[in-house]
Amino acid sequence: MKTEYRFNFLFTFAPKLSKAIFMQFITRVCLLAIMILANSWLGLAKSEGDKDDQGHGGKVNTEEEVEAYIDHHLDDSHYFNLFSDGETGEHFGIPLPVIIYDFDNGLHFFSSSKFHHGEDLVEIDGQHYKLYHSKIYKTDAEGTITYDEEGFVENEKPLDFSITKNLIGMILASVLLLWMFTSLAKSYKKGQIPTGFGRALEPLVIYVRDDIAKPNIGPKYKKYMSFLLTVFFFIWILNLLGMTPLGFNVTGNIAVTFALALVTFIIVQFSGNKDYWKHIFWMPGVPIPMKIVLMPIEILGMFTKPFALMIRLFANMTAGHVVIMSLLGLIVIMQNWIAGPAFFGFTIMISVIELLVAFLQAYIFTLLSALYIGMAVEEHDDHGDDVPVV
Amino acid sequence: MKLVEDFSFGLFFWQILVLIVLIFLLRKYAWGPILKSLNEREEGIQKALDSAEEAKKEMQSLKADNEKMKQEARQERDAMLKEAQQMKKQMISEAAEEAAKKADDIIAKAQTAIESEKKAAIDDLRQQVSQYSVEIAEKVLQQELKDKKEQQKLVNKYLEDVKLN
Repeated sequence: MKTEYRFNFLFTFAPKLSKAIFMQFITRVCLLAIMILANSWLGLAKSEGDKDDQGHGGKVNTEEEVEAYIDHHLDDSHYFNLFSDGETGEHFGIPLPVIIYDFDNGLHFFSSSKFHHGEDLVEIDGQHYKLYHSKIYKTDAEGTITYDEEGFVENEKPLDFSITKNLIGMILASVLLLWMFTSLAKSYKKGQIPTGFGRALEPLVIYVRDDIAKPNIGPKYKKYMSFLLTVFFFIWILNLLGMTPLGFNVTGNIAVTFALALVTFIIVQFSGNKDYWKHIFWMPGVPIPMKIVLMPIEILGMFTKPFALMIRLFANMTAGHVVIMSLLGLIVIMQNWIAGPAFFGFTIMISVIELLVAFLQAYIFTLLSALYIGMAVEEHDDHGDDVPVV
Repeated sequence: MKLVEDFSFGLFFWQILVLIVLIFLLRKYAWGPILKSLNEREEGIQKALDSAEEAKKEMQSLKADNEKMKQEARQERDAMLKEAQQMKKQMISEAAEEAAKKADDIIAKAQTAIESEKKAAIDDLRQQVSQYSVEIAEKVLQQELKDKKEQQKLVNKYLEDVKLN
């Protein structure tokens, strides 16, 4: 019941947000319809394609190949691929450094070019490592990959601290952030009003402060500004980088969103005052049996909130990438003059929506983080009220 | 379960590291100075607005003061004018009075002077009359011896003269 109230609160106090979420929901429903339709077409195209595409070797033009291509794109990579030659199967790009820590074998550092895109094994001190579906596994000398009943790889994985494509994306975003906002900070030394690009950045900073931090956290907002601003711009820039042809999918990676949500979780728990913990373990203003019932729900709530943050960002960004790439894939698969321009148009449309989603997801993540922090630091004056605690 | 399978501890580790370093760097070199400048600017604007409001109020009170002073000045002027008018009237009446008094004085003095002149003239006349009487008496006495009739005539003649005087 309480969570329902909280949800309602969010919608009544953030009408703009609810509108945007509603719009996003509608778009998703429409997209689902398109996808179902597209799938039936894909089946058709595939049966036709079997006849036509004989001898076209490595080109990405069947349903399976498109799917594999999308899966590959969604995954992190040890190789910064710029483009591939479908005919010869050659890849052009930058091999990234691999750093692995094996408990039996120690820390190792080498270039990912040694894997030759998974074709070769890397042997270090008698141990063999294989790059298989963008992950590094320990194998025997033949490079055998074994599977369990559910189809997951059983091979042991060394801890992979490689400078992957996603890490490059993160560092790029960080450098951009540092560059943009230190220049904004410096521009205040020249005059009270920033010039140039800073003039576009300043309202965003004010927006985060006045529309996200202040109303949700209250008078103690200052302490959390650095976190909220950093997270907001970091997610936003990464989302936008995901829309460039460089093909980053950083915010659509579960490890990244887990890390972001974990930081929010830690900040919320460390900001929690006496009232916050009291509302979790011994809810005031309700009868004792209710208190006992509410306690496990509230304890669970501590974890579900950041969990939802993690899944929301991950799912939204992954979905966006899947939709855009699927639509692009459809152009390749259907190969006709009507579908080509039509799906190109769809892709443009969805890309524009994804631009909105890129901002929206950064906004929602920051807003909810602020809201959770606000709940933790809020001072309750009147207990026993049946007004929900938000 | 694919999600858990996909979870890369390495990437998680890097993300936490990057995020924490980024938060600290940005706090020191960006958010701190930016928010400080924004606050300062907003406070400056607030202060300017407040002082403008205050200046407006001050102006209004000044205006009111001015109006009051003007009113006072006007009243004072009126009072002064009234006083002057009164003084003028008073002066005129005083002057008239004094003039009348002086005229009276002069008239009185003139009258006394005339009186005294008259007295002096009468005295003088008396003296002359007496002198004449003595002279007449002398001449009478001198003539008495010649003609009694003549004498009488002469006395009468003199007396007539005296009476005429």
